[in-house]
Amino acid sequence: MSEANKQVICQVLMEKAATDKDIVVLCSDSRGSGSMTDFANAFPEQFVEVGIAEQNLVTISAGLASCGKKTVAVSPASFLSTRSMEQVKVDVAYSHTNVKLLGISGGVSYGALGMTHHSNNDIAVISSIPGMRVYIPSDRLQSRKLFEALMEDQEPAYIRVGRNAVADVYEEGNVPFTMDKATVLQEGSDVAIIACGEMVKAAQEAGRQLAEQGISAEVIDMYCLKPLDREAIQRVAAKCKAVVTIEEHVLIGGLGSMVCQTLCATHPLPVKCLTLPDTPVVTGKSQQVFDYYGLNADGIVVAAKELLGAE
Amino acid sequence: MDLKAKATQIRAQVLNMIYTAGTGHIGGDFSETDILVALYYKYLNCGPKMVENPERDRFVLSKGHCVEALYCILADKGFIPQEELATYSQFGSKYIGHPNNKVNGIEMNSGSLGHGLALGVGMALAGRMDKRSYKTYVLMGDGELAEGSVWEAAMAAAHYKLNNLIAIVDRNGLQISGTTEQVMAHGDLAGRFSAFGWNVIELEDGNDMGQICAGIEAAQAYEAGPTVIIAHTTKGKGCPSIENNVAWHHKVPTDTQYEAMQIELKAGEQHE
Repeated sequence: MSEANKQVICQVLMEKAATDKDIVVLCSDSRGSGSMTDFANAFPEQFVEVGIAEQNLVTISAGLASCGKKTVAVSPASFLSTRSMEQVKVDVAYSHTNVKLLGISGGVSYGALGMTHHSNNDIAVISSIPGMRVYIPSDRLQSRKLFEALMEDQEPAYIRVGRNAVADVYEEGNVPFTMDKATVLQEGSDVAIIACGEMVKAAQEAGRQLAEQGISAEVIDMYCLKPLDREAIQRVAAKCKAVVTIEEHVLIGGLGSMVCQTLCATHPLPVKCLTLPDTPVVTGKSQQVFDYYGLNADGIVVAAKELLGAE
Repeated sequence: MDLKAKATQIRAQVLNMIYTAGTGHIGGDFSETDILVALYYKYLNCGPKMVENPERDRFVLSKGHCVEALYCILADKGFIPQEELATYSQFGSKYIGHPNNKVNGIEMNSGSLGHGLALGVGMALAGRMDKRSYKTYVLMGDGELAEGSVWEAAMAAAHYKLNNLIAIVDRNGLQISGTTEQVMAHGDLAGRFSAFGWNVIELEDGNDMGQICAGIEAAQAYEAGPTVIIAHTTKGKGCPSIENNVAWHHKVPTDTQYEAMQIELKAGEQHE
Protein backbone atom coordinates (compact mmCIF):
# COMPACT_ATOMS: atom_id res chain seq x y z
CA MET A 1 0.00 0.00 0.00
CA SER A 2 3.04 2.18 -0.38
CA GLU A 3 2.17 3.92 -3.61
CA ALA A 4 -0.95 5.14 -5.35
CA ASN A 5 -1.74 3.55 -8.70
CA LYS A 6 -0.94 6.83 -10.49
CA GLN A 7 2.55 6.93 -8.93
CA VAL A 8 3.31 3.50 -10.31
CA ILE A 9 2.02 4.56 -13.71
CA CYS A 10 4.41 7.54 -13.64
CA GLN A 11 7.26 5.13 -12.87
CA VAL A 12 6.31 2.94 -15.83
CA LEU A 13 6.21 5.98 -18.11
CA MET A 14 9.63 7.14 -16.92
CA GLU A 15 11.12 3.71 -17.47
CA LYS A 16 9.73 3.59 -21.01
CA ALA A 17 10.53 7.21 -21.84
CA ALA A 18 14.18 6.62 -21.02
CA THR A 19 14.51 4.68 -24.25
CA ASP A 20 11.49 5.93 -26.22
CA LYS A 21 11.53 9.58 -27.25
CA ASP A 22 8.05 9.31 -28.69
CA ILE A 23 6.35 8.98 -25.30
CA VAL A 24 4.78 12.33 -24.44
CA VAL A 25 2.84 13.14 -21.28
CA LEU A 26 0.39 16.05 -21.28
CA CYS A 27 -1.18 17.64 -18.21
CA SER A 28 -3.81 20.31 -17.64
CA ASP A 29 -2.31 21.95 -14.56
CA SER A 30 -2.54 18.45 -13.15
CA ARG A 31 1.06 17.25 -12.96
CA GLY A 32 1.02 17.34 -9.14
CA SER A 33 -2.35 15.70 -8.63
CA GLY A 34 -1.50 13.22 -11.39
CA SER A 35 1.87 12.37 -9.80
CA MET A 36 3.60 13.36 -13.05
CA THR A 37 5.95 15.96 -11.59
CA ASP A 38 8.86 13.52 -11.62
CA PHE A 39 8.21 12.77 -15.30
CA ALA A 40 7.96 16.48 -16.13
CA ASN A 41 11.26 17.19 -14.40
CA ALA A 42 13.09 14.20 -15.85
CA PHE A 43 11.75 14.51 -19.41
CA PRO A 44 10.95 18.19 -20.02
CA GLU A 45 11.18 17.67 -23.80
CA GLN A 46 8.54 14.94 -23.60
CA PHE A 47 6.13 16.80 -21.37
CA VAL A 48 3.49 19.34 -22.47
CA GLU A 49 1.56 21.57 -20.10
CA VAL A 50 -1.69 22.93 -21.58
CA GLY A 51 -3.04 24.77 -18.55
CA ILE A 52 -6.58 24.32 -17.27
CA ALA A 53 -8.02 23.41 -20.66
CA GLU A 54 -9.11 19.79 -20.85
CA GLN A 55 -10.56 20.00 -24.35
CA ASN A 56 -7.25 21.36 -25.59
CA LEU A 57 -5.42 18.64 -23.63
CA VAL A 58 -7.17 15.88 -25.55
CA THR A 59 -7.02 17.43 -29.02
CA ILE A 60 -3.37 18.47 -28.75
CA SER A 61 -2.62 14.90 -27.62
CA ALA A 62 -4.39 13.63 -30.74
CA GLY A 63 -2.45 16.01 -32.97
CA LEU A 64 0.83 14.81 -31.46
CA ALA A 65 -0.27 11.19 -31.83
CA SER A 66 -1.07 11.74 -35.52
CA CYS A 67 2.65 12.50 -35.92
CA GLY A 68 3.75 9.28 -34.24
CA LYS A 69 3.85 10.32 -30.61
CA LYS A 70 2.62 7.92 -27.91
CA THR A 71 0.66 10.34 -25.81
CA VAL A 72 -0.71 10.10 -22.29
CA ALA A 73 -3.20 12.83 -21.37
CA VAL A 74 -3.49 13.17 -17.59
CA SER A 75 -6.35 15.04 -15.96
CA PRO A 76 -8.94 14.48 -13.21
CA ALA A 77 -11.34 11.80 -14.41
CA SER A 78 -14.34 14.05 -13.81
CA PHE A 79 -13.16 16.62 -16.35
CA LEU A 80 -11.39 14.30 -18.75
CA SER A 81 -14.42 12.07 -19.21
CA THR A 82 -17.14 14.67 -19.57
CA ARG A 83 -15.75 18.11 -20.40
CA SER A 84 -13.57 16.62 -23.11
CA MET A 85 -16.01 13.96 -24.20
CA GLU A 86 -16.43 15.32 -27.70
CA GLN A 87 -12.68 15.64 -28.17
CA VAL A 88 -12.36 12.02 -27.06
CA LYS A 89 -15.07 10.97 -29.49
CA VAL A 90 -13.79 12.90 -32.52
CA ASP A 91 -10.04 13.33 -32.16
CA VAL A 92 -9.15 10.16 -30.26
CA ALA A 93 -11.73 7.49 -31.08
CA TYR A 94 -12.92 8.57 -34.54
CA SER A 95 -9.53 9.65 -35.85
CA HIS A 96 -8.12 6.58 -34.07
CA THR A 97 -5.09 8.21 -32.49
CA ASN A 98 -2.71 6.62 -30.01
CA VAL A 99 -3.85 8.61 -26.99
CA LYS A 100 -4.02 7.06 -23.54
CA LEU A 101 -6.41 9.09 -21.39
CA LEU A 102 -5.44 8.77 -17.74
CA GLY A 103 -8.31 9.86 -15.51
CA ILE A 104 -6.87 10.54 -12.08
CA SER A 105 -8.70 10.95 -8.75
CA GLY A 106 -11.55 8.94 -10.25
CA GLY A 107 -14.90 7.99 -8.79
CA VAL A 108 -15.39 9.70 -5.43
CA SER A 109 -11.69 10.18 -4.69
CA TYR A 110 -12.47 13.86 -4.27
CA GLY A 111 -15.37 12.82 -2.06
CA ALA A 112 -15.70 16.02 -0.07
CA LEU A 113 -15.42 18.31 -3.10
CA GLY A 114 -18.88 17.59 -4.45
CA MET A 115 -20.41 16.42 -7.69
CA THR A 116 -18.27 18.70 -9.88
CA HIS A 117 -15.28 16.54 -8.94
CA HIS A 118 -16.92 13.12 -8.87
CA SER A 119 -16.57 10.86 -11.89
CA ASN A 120 -19.22 8.30 -11.12
CA ASN A 121 -20.33 7.98 -14.75
CA ASP A 122 -17.07 7.79 -16.67
CA ILE A 123 -17.37 4.10 -17.54
CA ALA A 124 -20.74 4.82 -19.14
CA VAL A 125 -19.54 7.94 -20.92
CA ILE A 126 -16.32 6.64 -22.43
CA SER A 127 -17.39 3.06 -23.11
CA SER A 128 -20.34 4.34 -25.14
CA ILE A 129 -17.91 5.80 -27.70
CA PRO A 130 -17.16 3.36 -30.54
CA GLY A 131 -13.52 2.35 -30.50
CA MET A 132 -12.71 3.43 -26.95
CA ARG A 133 -11.38 0.97 -24.39
CA VAL A 134 -11.93 1.45 -20.65
CA TYR A 135 -9.77 0.08 -17.81
CA ILE A 136 -9.92 0.51 -14.04
CA PRO A 137 -7.03 -1.30 -12.31
CA SER A 138 -7.45 -2.44 -8.73
CA ASP A 139 -4.05 -1.92 -7.13
CA ARG A 140 -0.55 -0.63 -7.78
CA LEU A 141 0.74 -4.02 -8.92
CA GLN A 142 -1.99 -4.49 -11.51
CA SER A 143 -1.64 -0.83 -12.57
CA ARG A 144 1.96 -1.53 -13.52
CA LYS A 145 1.07 -4.62 -15.54
CA LEU A 146 -1.77 -2.82 -17.28
CA PHE A 147 0.24 0.27 -18.20
CA GLU A 148 3.19 -1.75 -19.40
CA ALA A 149 0.81 -3.54 -21.77
CA LEU A 150 -1.01 -0.38 -22.86
CA MET A 151 2.14 1.50 -23.76
CA GLU A 152 3.07 -1.28 -26.16
CA ASP A 153 -0.09 -0.94 -28.26
CA GLN A 154 -1.15 1.82 -30.62
CA GLU A 155 -4.83 2.01 -29.71
CA PRO A 156 -6.73 4.67 -27.76
CA ALA A 157 -7.84 3.87 -24.22
CA TYR A 158 -9.22 5.48 -21.07
CA ILE A 159 -7.79 4.42 -17.72
CA ARG A 160 -9.27 5.49 -14.40
CA VAL A 161 -7.28 5.45 -11.16
CA GLY A 162 -8.09 6.72 -7.68
CA ARG A 163 -6.31 9.43 -5.77
CA ASN A 164 -4.90 7.60 -2.79
CA ALA A 165 -2.81 4.52 -2.25
CA VAL A 166 -5.01 1.48 -1.74
CA ALA A 167 -4.38 -1.88 -0.11
CA ASP A 168 -2.67 -4.42 -2.35
CA VAL A 169 -4.93 -7.01 -3.92
CA TYR A 170 -1.99 -8.92 -5.38
CA GLU A 171 1.42 -9.86 -4.01
CA GLU A 172 4.78 -8.70 -5.25
CA GLY A 173 6.02 -11.22 -7.77
CA ASN A 174 2.63 -12.88 -8.04
CA VAL A 175 0.44 -10.71 -10.23
CA PRO A 176 -1.49 -12.83 -12.71
CA PHE A 177 -2.35 -10.62 -15.67
CA THR A 178 -3.52 -11.28 -19.19
CA MET A 179 -4.51 -8.23 -21.20
CA ASP A 180 -8.28 -7.91 -21.63
CA LYS A 181 -8.91 -11.02 -19.52
CA ALA A 182 -10.41 -10.69 -16.06
CA THR A 183 -8.33 -12.00 -13.19
CA VAL A 184 -9.83 -14.68 -10.95
CA LEU A 185 -8.83 -14.00 -7.34
CA GLN A 186 -10.69 -16.89 -5.79
CA GLU A 187 -12.59 -19.77 -7.34
CA GLY A 188 -16.05 -20.67 -6.09
CA SER A 189 -19.38 -22.21 -7.04
CA ASP A 190 -22.20 -20.58 -5.04
CA VAL A 191 -21.93 -16.92 -5.90
CA ALA A 192 -19.77 -14.85 -8.23
CA ILE A 193 -18.52 -11.45 -7.09
CA ILE A 194 -17.43 -9.27 -9.98
CA ALA A 195 -15.68 -6.03 -9.11
CA CYS A 196 -13.45 -3.33 -10.59
CA GLY A 197 -11.06 -0.72 -9.26
CA GLU A 198 -10.94 -0.02 -5.55
CA MET A 199 -13.93 -2.30 -4.99
CA VAL A 200 -11.85 -5.37 -5.83
CA LYS A 201 -10.25 -5.29 -2.38
CA ALA A 202 -13.71 -5.31 -0.79
CA ALA A 203 -14.71 -8.21 -3.03
CA GLN A 204 -11.61 -10.13 -2.01
CA GLU A 205 -12.43 -9.60 1.67
CA ALA A 206 -16.07 -10.56 1.14
CA GLY A 207 -14.94 -13.77 -0.56
CA ARG A 208 -12.98 -14.69 2.57
CA GLN A 209 -15.88 -13.83 4.90
CA LEU A 210 -18.33 -15.89 2.85
CA ALA A 211 -15.94 -18.85 2.88
CA GLU A 212 -15.87 -18.70 6.67
CA GLN A 213 -19.67 -18.96 6.56
CA GLY A 214 -19.59 -21.95 4.26
CA ILE A 215 -20.46 -20.06 1.08
CA SER A 216 -18.24 -20.62 -1.91
CA ALA A 217 -17.63 -17.39 -3.80
CA GLU A 218 -15.74 -16.80 -7.02
CA VAL A 219 -14.09 -13.38 -6.95
CA ILE A 220 -13.28 -11.68 -10.23
CA ASP A 221 -11.23 -8.53 -10.88
CA MET A 222 -12.85 -7.07 -14.00
CA TYR A 223 -10.30 -4.31 -14.62
CA CYS A 224 -11.18 -4.44 -18.32
CA LEU A 225 -14.60 -2.78 -18.65
CA LYS A 226 -14.28 -2.50 -22.40
CA PRO A 227 -13.57 -4.84 -23.98
CA LEU A 228 -15.44 -6.64 -21.21
CA ASP A 229 -14.30 -10.20 -20.54
CA ARG A 230 -17.67 -11.78 -21.32
CA GLU A 231 -16.23 -15.28 -21.33
CA ALA A 232 -15.24 -14.93 -17.69
CA ILE A 233 -18.78 -13.83 -16.81
CA GLN A 234 -20.39 -16.67 -18.73
CA ARG A 235 -17.97 -19.18 -17.26
CA VAL A 236 -18.82 -18.32 -13.64
CA ALA A 237 -22.51 -17.98 -14.45
CA ALA A 238 -22.51 -21.60 -15.62
CA LYS A 239 -21.40 -22.80 -12.21
CA CYS A 240 -22.77 -20.23 -9.74
CA LYS A 241 -26.35 -19.59 -8.57
CA ALA A 242 -26.13 -15.81 -8.29
CA VAL A 243 -23.92 -12.83 -9.09
CA VAL A 244 -23.01 -9.72 -7.10
CA THR A 245 -21.33 -6.82 -8.87
CA ILE A 246 -19.71 -3.88 -7.14
CA GLU A 247 -18.27 -0.68 -8.57
CA GLU A 248 -17.49 2.95 -7.79
CA HIS A 249 -19.91 4.11 -10.48
CA VAL A 250 -23.64 4.54 -11.08
CA LEU A 251 -25.72 1.60 -12.25
CA ILE A 252 -26.51 3.02 -15.68
CA GLY A 253 -23.81 2.02 -18.12
CA GLY A 254 -21.49 0.62 -15.49
CA LEU A 255 -20.02 -2.77 -14.69
CA GLY A 256 -23.25 -4.09 -13.17
CA SER A 257 -25.26 -3.16 -16.24
CA MET A 258 -22.70 -4.74 -18.54
CA VAL A 259 -22.68 -7.96 -16.51
CA CYS A 260 -26.50 -8.11 -16.59
CA GLN A 261 -26.52 -7.57 -20.37
CA THR A 262 -24.05 -10.39 -20.77
CA LEU A 263 -25.91 -12.78 -18.49
CA CYS A 264 -29.33 -12.10 -20.01
CA ALA A 265 -28.17 -13.40 -23.35
CA THR A 266 -27.03 -16.82 -22.20
CA HIS A 267 -27.22 -17.41 -18.43
CA PRO A 268 -30.13 -15.56 -16.78
CA LEU A 269 -29.31 -15.48 -13.07
CA PRO A 270 -30.28 -13.38 -10.02
CA VAL A 271 -27.92 -10.40 -9.90
CA LYS A 272 -27.43 -7.68 -7.31
CA CYS A 273 -25.57 -4.60 -8.50
CA LEU A 274 -23.91 -2.57 -5.77
CA THR A 275 -23.32 0.92 -7.16
CA LEU A 276 -23.33 4.59 -6.39
CA PRO A 277 -26.85 6.10 -6.52
CA ASP A 278 -28.50 8.02 -9.33
CA THR A 279 -28.33 11.20 -7.25
CA PRO A 280 -25.56 13.58 -6.27
CA VAL A 281 -23.35 11.48 -4.02
CA VAL A 282 -23.11 12.22 -0.30
CA THR A 283 -19.87 14.03 0.43
CA GLY A 284 -17.05 12.86 2.66
CA LYS A 285 -13.87 10.80 2.50
CA SER A 286 -14.18 8.09 -0.12
CA GLN A 287 -14.28 5.28 2.44
CA GLN A 288 -17.10 7.09 4.27
CA VAL A 289 -18.96 7.40 0.99
CA PHE A 290 -18.45 3.70 0.22
CA ASP A 291 -19.65 2.67 3.67
CA TYR A 292 -22.71 4.94 3.45
CA TYR A 293 -23.87 3.17 0.28
CA GLY A 294 -22.84 -0.31 1.36
CA LEU A 295 -19.98 -0.45 -1.11
CA ASN A 296 -17.82 -2.62 1.11
CA ALA A 297 -17.22 -6.25 2.08
CA ASP A 298 -20.20 -6.28 4.45
CA GLY A 299 -22.46 -4.99 1.70
CA ILE A 300 -21.30 -7.73 -0.64
CA VAL A 301 -21.77 -10.44 1.99
CA VAL A 302 -25.32 -9.27 2.74
CA ALA A 303 -26.18 -9.11 -0.97
CA ALA A 304 -24.72 -12.56 -1.65
CA LYS A 305 -26.62 -14.17 1.20
CA GLU A 306 -29.88 -12.50 0.18
CA LEU A 307 -29.52 -13.80 -3.35
CA LEU A 308 -28.73 -17.31 -2.11
CA GLY A 309 -31.53 -17.26 0.46
CA ALA A 310 -28.95 -17.96 3.14
CA GLU A 311 -29.34 -16.90 6.77
CA MET B 1 0.92 27.14 -62.89
CA ASP B 2 -2.04 29.43 -63.46
CA LEU B 3 -3.51 29.24 -59.95
CA LYS B 4 -6.55 31.35 -60.88
CA ALA B 5 -7.48 28.98 -63.68
CA LYS B 6 -6.96 26.03 -61.38
CA ALA B 7 -9.33 27.57 -58.84
CA THR B 8 -11.97 28.01 -61.51
CA GLN B 9 -11.55 24.39 -62.58
CA ILE B 10 -11.91 23.21 -58.97
CA ARG B 11 -15.04 25.35 -58.46
CA ALA B 12 -16.62 23.81 -61.56
CA GLN B 13 -15.88 20.33 -60.21
CA VAL B 14 -17.31 21.23 -56.81
CA LEU B 15 -20.45 22.56 -58.47
CA ASN B 16 -20.86 19.30 -60.39
CA MET B 17 -20.24 17.23 -57.30
CA ILE B 18 -22.79 19.04 -55.15
CA TYR B 19 -25.37 19.25 -57.92
CA THR B 20 -25.04 15.53 -58.68
CA ALA B 21 -25.06 14.38 -55.05
CA GLY B 22 -27.77 16.81 -54.01
CA THR B 23 -25.82 17.89 -50.94
CA GLY B 24 -22.85 20.03 -49.94
CA HIS B 25 -21.74 23.41 -48.66
CA ILE B 26 -21.17 25.32 -51.85
CA GLY B 27 -20.94 28.82 -50.37
CA GLY B 28 -18.03 27.98 -48.08
CA ASP B 29 -16.42 25.75 -50.68
CA PHE B 30 -16.26 28.65 -53.09
CA SER B 31 -14.96 31.12 -50.51
CA GLU B 32 -12.08 28.81 -49.51
CA THR B 33 -11.15 27.47 -52.96
CA ASP B 34 -8.50 30.06 -53.78
CA ILE B 35 -6.76 29.52 -50.43
CA LEU B 36 -6.77 25.74 -50.87
CA VAL B 37 -5.45 26.02 -54.42
CA ALA B 38 -2.60 28.29 -53.32
CA LEU B 39 -1.69 25.87 -50.53
CA TYR B 40 -1.90 22.64 -52.49
CA TYR B 41 -0.43 23.81 -55.80
CA LYS B 42 2.25 26.20 -54.55
CA TYR B 43 3.12 25.92 -50.87
CA LEU B 44 2.37 22.59 -49.21
CA ASN B 45 5.29 20.21 -49.29
CA CYS B 46 3.11 17.14 -49.73
CA GLY B 47 1.87 14.92 -52.48
CA PRO B 48 0.55 11.42 -53.18
CA LYS B 49 4.03 9.97 -52.70
CA MET B 50 4.59 11.78 -49.42
CA VAL B 51 1.57 10.80 -47.34
CA GLU B 52 3.71 8.70 -44.98
CA ASN B 53 6.73 11.00 -45.12
CA PRO B 54 7.30 12.50 -41.66
CA GLU B 55 8.64 15.67 -43.26
CA ARG B 56 5.42 16.42 -45.16
CA ASP B 57 3.62 19.65 -44.38
CA ARG B 58 0.43 19.05 -42.40
CA PHE B 59 -2.92 20.52 -43.37
CA VAL B 60 -6.12 20.40 -41.33
CA LEU B 61 -9.47 21.54 -42.74
CA SER B 62 -11.09 22.67 -39.52
CA LYS B 63 -14.16 23.98 -41.37
CA GLY B 64 -14.80 20.37 -42.31
CA HIS B 65 -18.21 20.92 -43.86
CA CYS B 66 -16.48 22.47 -46.85
CA VAL B 67 -14.72 19.25 -47.76
CA GLU B 68 -15.92 19.11 -51.35
CA ALA B 69 -13.27 21.55 -52.58
CA LEU B 70 -10.61 19.54 -50.75
CA TYR B 71 -11.81 16.28 -52.34
CA CYS B 72 -11.63 17.83 -55.81
CA ILE B 73 -8.10 19.07 -55.18
CA LEU B 74 -6.94 15.73 -53.72
CA ALA B 75 -8.31 13.98 -56.80
CA ASP B 76 -6.73 16.51 -59.16
CA LYS B 77 -3.39 16.10 -57.38
CA GLY B 78 -3.56 12.30 -57.61
CA PHE B 79 -4.04 11.49 -53.92
CA ILE B 80 -7.30 9.72 -54.76
CA PRO B 81 -8.77 8.35 -57.97
CA GLN B 82 -10.89 10.95 -59.75
CA GLU B 83 -13.63 8.41 -60.47
CA GLU B 84 -14.15 7.66 -56.78
CA LEU B 85 -15.50 11.17 -56.25
CA ALA B 86 -18.71 10.02 -57.95
CA THR B 87 -19.47 8.11 -54.74
CA TYR B 88 -19.49 11.32 -52.69
CA SER B 89 -22.26 11.09 -50.05
CA GLN B 90 -23.44 7.76 -51.44
CA PHE B 91 -24.20 4.82 -49.15
CA GLY B 92 -21.04 3.38 -47.64
CA SER B 93 -18.68 5.80 -49.41
CA LYS B 94 -15.61 7.06 -47.58
CA TYR B 95 -16.18 10.38 -49.30
CA ILE B 96 -18.59 11.71 -46.70
CA GLY B 97 -19.66 15.24 -45.95
CA HIS B 98 -16.68 15.89 -43.67
CA PRO B 99 -12.98 15.04 -43.91
CA ASN B 100 -11.98 11.63 -42.63
CA ASN B 101 -8.59 10.01 -42.59
CA LYS B 102 -9.67 6.94 -44.51
CA VAL B 103 -9.25 9.22 -47.52
CA ASN B 104 -5.66 9.31 -48.73
CA GLY B 105 -4.14 12.71 -48.02
CA ILE B 106 -6.45 13.66 -45.16
CA GLU B 107 -4.57 13.75 -41.86
CA MET B 108 -7.38 13.85 -39.32
CA ASN B 109 -11.13 13.64 -39.08
CA SER B 110 -12.94 16.91 -38.63
CA GLY B 111 -16.43 18.27 -38.96
CA SER B 112 -17.20 19.17 -35.40
CA LEU B 113 -16.07 22.77 -35.41
CA GLY B 114 -13.35 24.21 -33.24
CA HIS B 115 -11.03 21.19 -33.19
CA GLY B 116 -8.62 21.97 -36.02
CA LEU B 117 -6.42 24.56 -34.36
CA ALA B 118 -5.66 22.33 -31.34
CA LEU B 119 -4.84 19.45 -33.71
CA GLY B 120 -2.49 21.84 -35.47
CA VAL B 121 -0.88 22.76 -32.15
CA GLY B 122 -0.21 19.07 -31.49
CA MET B 123 1.24 18.55 -34.97
CA ALA B 124 3.43 21.64 -34.65
CA LEU B 125 4.67 20.56 -31.22
CA ALA B 126 5.53 17.13 -32.62
CA GLY B 127 7.46 18.77 -35.45
CA ARG B 128 9.46 20.82 -32.99
CA MET B 129 10.16 17.82 -30.71
CA ASP B 130 11.42 15.81 -33.68
CA LYS B 131 13.37 18.78 -35.10
CA ARG B 132 11.50 18.54 -38.38
CA SER B 133 11.15 21.42 -40.77
CA TYR B 134 7.53 20.88 -41.82
CA LYS B 135 4.87 23.48 -41.24
CA THR B 136 1.29 22.93 -40.12
CA TYR B 137 -1.55 24.82 -41.77
CA VAL B 138 -5.08 24.97 -40.34
CA LEU B 139 -7.97 26.48 -42.30
CA MET B 140 -10.85 27.65 -40.11
CA GLY B 141 -14.17 29.23 -40.88
CA ASP B 142 -15.10 32.47 -39.17
CA GLY B 143 -18.34 31.12 -37.68
CA GLU B 144 -16.42 28.41 -35.86
CA LEU B 145 -14.36 31.00 -34.02
CA ALA B 146 -17.24 31.17 -31.53
CA GLU B 147 -16.09 27.77 -30.23
CA GLY B 148 -14.15 28.23 -27.00
CA SER B 149 -11.77 25.41 -27.92
CA VAL B 150 -10.33 27.61 -30.71
CA TRP B 151 -9.14 30.07 -28.12
CA GLU B 152 -7.74 27.39 -25.84
CA ALA B 153 -5.62 26.33 -28.80
CA ALA B 154 -4.77 29.93 -29.70
CA MET B 155 -3.45 30.40 -26.17
CA ALA B 156 -1.31 27.27 -26.34
CA ALA B 157 0.12 28.10 -29.78
CA ALA B 158 1.25 31.50 -28.56
CA HIS B 159 2.51 30.12 -25.24
CA TYR B 160 4.75 27.69 -27.10
CA LYS B 161 5.64 30.30 -29.78
CA LEU B 162 4.78 27.85 -32.54
CA ASN B 163 6.32 29.57 -35.55
CA ASN B 164 5.71 26.37 -37.53
CA LEU B 165 1.94 26.82 -37.24
CA ILE B 166 -0.04 28.95 -39.68
CA ALA B 167 -3.77 29.42 -39.19
CA ILE B 168 -5.94 30.83 -41.94
CA VAL B 169 -9.42 32.19 -41.29
CA ASP B 170 -11.83 32.09 -44.23
CA ARG B 171 -13.45 35.34 -43.15
CA ASN B 172 -16.48 35.40 -45.43
CA GLY B 173 -18.62 36.99 -42.77
CA LEU B 174 -21.56 34.60 -43.13
CA GLN B 175 -22.71 31.54 -41.26
CA ILE B 176 -25.80 29.41 -41.44
CA SER B 177 -28.09 31.75 -39.49
CA GLY B 178 -26.88 35.10 -40.82
CA THR B 179 -23.82 37.30 -40.72
CA THR B 180 -21.19 36.45 -38.14
CA GLU B 181 -21.66 39.88 -36.65
CA GLN B 182 -25.40 39.25 -36.17
CA VAL B 183 -24.98 35.73 -34.82
CA MET B 184 -21.97 36.26 -32.54
CA ALA B 185 -19.86 39.27 -33.31
CA HIS B 186 -16.12 38.91 -33.67
CA GLY B 187 -15.62 42.67 -33.61
CA ASP B 188 -11.91 43.36 -33.96
CA LEU B 189 -10.90 39.84 -34.92
CA ALA B 190 -7.32 40.84 -35.72
CA GLY B 191 -7.12 42.51 -32.34
CA ARG B 192 -8.38 39.38 -30.64
CA PHE B 193 -5.72 37.17 -32.18
CA SER B 194 -3.11 39.82 -31.59
CA ALA B 195 -4.10 39.99 -27.91
CA PHE B 196 -3.66 36.24 -27.73
CA GLY B 197 -0.06 36.67 -28.87
CA TRP B 198 -0.37 35.88 -32.58
CA ASN B 199 1.19 37.56 -35.56
CA VAL B 200 -1.78 38.72 -37.65
CA ILE B 201 -1.88 39.23 -41.41
CA GLU B 202 -5.10 40.55 -42.93
CA LEU B 203 -5.94 40.06 -46.58
CA GLU B 204 -8.30 42.70 -47.88
CA ASP B 205 -9.33 40.34 -50.66
CA GLY B 206 -8.89 36.77 -49.50
CA ASN B 207 -9.89 35.47 -52.93
CA ASP B 208 -7.11 37.38 -54.69
CA MET B 209 -4.34 34.95 -55.52
CA GLY B 210 -1.61 37.58 -55.30
CA GLN B 211 -2.69 38.60 -51.81
CA ILE B 212 -3.05 34.99 -50.67
CA CYS B 213 0.45 34.10 -51.84
CA ALA B 214 1.96 37.21 -50.28
CA GLY B 215 0.18 36.42 -47.01
CA ILE B 216 1.36 32.82 -46.88
CA GLU B 217 4.93 33.80 -47.69
CA ALA B 218 4.92 36.45 -44.97
CA ALA B 219 3.52 33.91 -42.50
CA GLN B 220 6.19 31.37 -43.44
CA ALA B 221 8.89 33.98 -42.86
CA TYR B 222 7.66 35.01 -39.41
CA GLU B 223 9.84 33.42 -36.75
CA ALA B 224 8.66 34.74 -33.39
CA GLY B 225 5.48 32.70 -33.03
CA PRO B 226 2.29 31.56 -34.74
CA THR B 227 0.71 33.55 -37.54
CA VAL B 228 -2.94 33.85 -38.45
CA ILE B 229 -3.97 35.03 -41.90
CA ILE B 230 -7.41 36.60 -41.77
CA ALA B 231 -8.57 36.31 -45.35
CA HIS B 232 -11.58 38.50 -46.08
CA THR B 233 -13.31 36.34 -48.63
CA THR B 234 -16.63 36.27 -50.45
CA LYS B 235 -18.95 33.40 -49.69
CA GLY B 236 -20.00 31.80 -52.97
CA LYS B 237 -17.07 33.49 -54.79
CA GLY B 238 -17.09 32.89 -58.54
CA CYS B 239 -20.84 32.83 -59.09
CA PRO B 240 -22.32 36.30 -58.61
CA SER B 241 -25.80 34.79 -58.35
CA ILE B 242 -24.92 33.17 -55.02
CA GLU B 243 -22.21 35.47 -53.70
CA ASN B 244 -22.64 36.92 -50.23
CA ASN B 245 -26.02 35.27 -49.87
CA VAL B 246 -26.55 33.48 -46.58
CA ALA B 247 -29.09 31.15 -48.22
CA TRP B 248 -26.23 29.50 -50.13
CA HIS B 249 -24.53 28.07 -47.04
CA HIS B 250 -25.62 24.59 -48.06
CA LYS B 251 -28.25 25.10 -50.70
CA VAL B 252 -28.19 22.75 -53.67
CA PRO B 253 -28.69 24.35 -57.08
CA THR B 254 -31.74 23.49 -59.19
CA ASP B 255 -31.22 22.52 -62.84
CA THR B 256 -31.69 26.12 -63.94
CA GLN B 257 -29.42 27.50 -61.23
CA TYR B 258 -26.79 24.89 -62.04
CA GLU B 259 -26.70 25.90 -65.68
CA ALA B 260 -26.56 29.58 -64.77
CA MET B 261 -23.71 28.96 -62.32
CA GLN B 262 -21.72 27.05 -64.93
CA ILE B 263 -22.03 30.03 -67.25
CA GLU B 264 -20.99 32.38 -64.46
CA LEU B 265 -17.86 30.35 -63.72
CA LYS B 266 -16.93 30.31 -67.42
CA ALA B 267 -17.51 34.05 -67.72
CA GLY B 268 -15.30 34.67 -64.71
CA GLU B 269 -12.56 32.65 -66.31
CA GLN B 270 -12.72 34.65 -69.53
CA HIS B 271 -12.47 37.93 -67.61
CA GLU B 272 -9.22 36.84 -66.00
